[in-house]
Amino acid sequence: MNVFLIIAIFLVFSAFAYRKGTQKALATAGRDGVAVLHSRPGYYGTYLALWCGLPAVLVLGLWMVLEPLIVQQVVIGSLPDDVRALGGDDFNLILTTIQILARGGPQPSNVQPYMVDAAARINDLAAIGRWAMFAVMLSVAIFGFAYAQRLIAPSLRARNRVEQVIKYLLIICSCVAIFTTIGIVLSVLFESLHFFSMVPPQDFFFHTVWDPGFPREDADNAANDFGLVPLLWGTIFISFIAMMVAGPIGLLAAVYLSEYARGQVRAVAKPLLEILAGIPTVVYGFFALVTVGPALRDFGLTVGLDIQASSALTAGLVMGIMIIPFVSSLSDDIISQVPRSLRDGSYGLGATRSETIKKVVFPAALPGIVGGLLLAVSRAFGETMIVVMAVGAAANLTANPFESVTTVTVMIVKQLTGDTEFGSPQTLVAFALGLTLFVITLCLNIIALYVVRKYREQYE
Amino acid sequence: MTMNLAKEEQGDMPEPQPAGGVAKMTARDVRVFYGAKEALHGVDCDIMENEVLALIGPSGCGKSTFLRCLNRMNDTIDVARVEGTITLDGRDIYHRSLDVVQLRARVGMVFQKPNPFPKSIYDNIAYGPRIHGLVGHKDELDGIVQSSLERAGLWEEVKDRLAEPGTGLSGGQQQRLCIARCVAVSPEVILMDEPCSALDPIATAHIEELIDELRENYTIVIVTHNMQQAARVSQKTAFFHLGDLVEHNNTEQIFTNPRDDRTQGYITGRYG
Repeated sequence: MNVFLIIAIFLVFSAFAYRKGTQKALATAGRDGVAVLHSRPGYYGTYLALWCGLPAVLVLGLWMVLEPLIVQQVVIGSLPDDVRALGGDDFNLILTTIQILARGGPQPSNVQPYMVDAAARINDLAAIGRWAMFAVMLSVAIFGFAYAQRLIAPSLRARNRVEQVIKYLLIICSCVAIFTTIGIVLSVLFESLHFFSMVPPQDFFFHTVWDPGFPREDADNAANDFGLVPLLWGTIFISFIAMMVAGPIGLLAAVYLSEYARGQVRAVAKPLLEILAGIPTVVYGFFALVTVGPALRDFGLTVGLDIQASSALTAGLVMGIMIIPFVSSLSDDIISQVPRSLRDGSYGLGATRSETIKKVVFPAALPGIVGGLLLAVSRAFGETMIVVMAVGAAANLTANPFESVTTVTVMIVKQLTGDTEFGSPQTLVAFALGLTLFVITLCLNIIALYVVRKYREQYE
Repeated sequence: MTMNLAKEEQGDMPEPQPAGGVAKMTARDVRVFYGAKEALHGVDCDIMENEVLALIGPSGCGKSTFLRCLNRMNDTIDVARVEGTITLDGRDIYHRSLDVVQLRARVGMVFQKPNPFPKSIYDNIAYGPRIHGLVGHKDELDGIVQSSLERAGLWEEVKDRLAEPGTGLSGGQQQRLCIARCVAVSPEVILMDEPCSALDPIATAHIEELIDELRENYTIVIVTHNMQQAARVSQKTAFFHLGDLVEHNNTEQIFTNPRDDRTQGYITGRYG
């Protein structure tokens, strides 16, 4: 019995309950009409439908979580004693093999007869479990229906109850995002702690060489270098170049759009700029790799500069172009928020447009613009695809923009992909890098949001 | 029709000029269009030096529009178009040779809602003199700030906190700050667009006194919804209705013996 089919059945059942509830409410109101009802008839229907559907859904959820655990215990109990006596990884491998057999996937190697039996057992139990679950759900729903139907009377505060349930639904939805974030942070944090138990934090944070090497069986990890400094420097350096490009261009574009552009120009130019923000970053990365990098290198050759194709400059330039719409759109919003009365006041004193922008509009918008720029910086910090494609993996500690550097994000990708063993520090360092990046961008975002909010309060 | 009527009446009546009065600004057949819509249908009006002219009329009658023509504030509105002639000391202010920035330095404006810049009180006043390069050094600027604040009757209240933001003052103080800011540029004409509509009666009384004092040195045009205010502060009153200047005369005359029925109706409260 398919879960989707079960859900469909209960949806139909709830719809039926809705109709019944509405009718019952109208019937109890009788000839006095709907005026005697506490709530609109539909709320009584919804109330009954909720009583029908919600408990059944709860049963479904609980069952889905608990059933595999119980089935597993039963199957383990039925395995031969000598197998049960095995411990650790061997035993887990056997369990995994059995599960693969039960699912009917590709035939694993090393299949024993008792494994086939156990797999069949799992399938039997699951089938029984489904029917049992359906039966329990059905009885819960019928019970709920019968119980709630008896409650329906004109004095029942159906609307308040339904709205209460809806409120909890909304709370659950908002909790999903929050708990997911907390979960991600915690998992990164624990893996990082795991990493720091192998490599001392001071070696990670203050060492200036990055050369993680490869995990080896003899595991003398102290010989490898996990210095964060060159990576962080690369990230800051590239972000700095990006902001040097995006900051002025984005800001001036915003000034043009909000102060000089006529209505029609603005109506066309603003969406166009924002389309730039919709281009996937991998396209920018491609652009950097194929066009900008070689072009810069050739340009370097003609003027006698040694510019590497995968230089910090390439990545910074392309990332800057990527961030321009972000900066201009945010700044444009903030500049537009400066009240017209301030501009009028300035014009009324005989100030020119540029004086008004420089001396009144810009200072008034400055806190918000700074906040917007900080948000852009945190985007540049976290940007991955462009740097993965445009810069190499050479962790140089250099201030020369024509040389190749690498960033935190590039190294996270490099260390996590590929088939290194998960428990090795070479892989786990990615979590420590991720945590560092997360903390930095979090701080930037908090400062930026604080600044932006502070600015908003000034005019609202 | 209405326009002609207004013109004839103006022609009939003795020119509303005190003996020896000089027209500081003149408007001839001023029409304003917002897009295709004509908001002012040909206004003729003389504004006398060192007098207060009050523009009254129901909402949407064009009095603010006319006021904004006088220092070309309508230029900042994309769809607005102004026709006709307006002169300041005999020179056409819409002529190409005249720079709008210089015009606005000579014809200052105070707005309906106090709009101090989010800067210190000192910088608010110093803004105009600085951009126009009126001052050579700090002492001179200090002098202008003090005299402007004194003229606006605000000096005693703020002299100890010039570095505090202008937005922290009360509504009435903010409006006087805006007047001081305007005065600091030494304009010849000050336009006021309902300067008291956002203020309480005490602050209003303060501003009205101030207007009366400023009249000695400046020519003032004030838009107001408050007819008592018009009667109190102005020497001349112009009544606008549906984009026409219906009647323009000595204030006393307008309020005691209006010539036009519409003026009569408005000042007695039959509509508006």
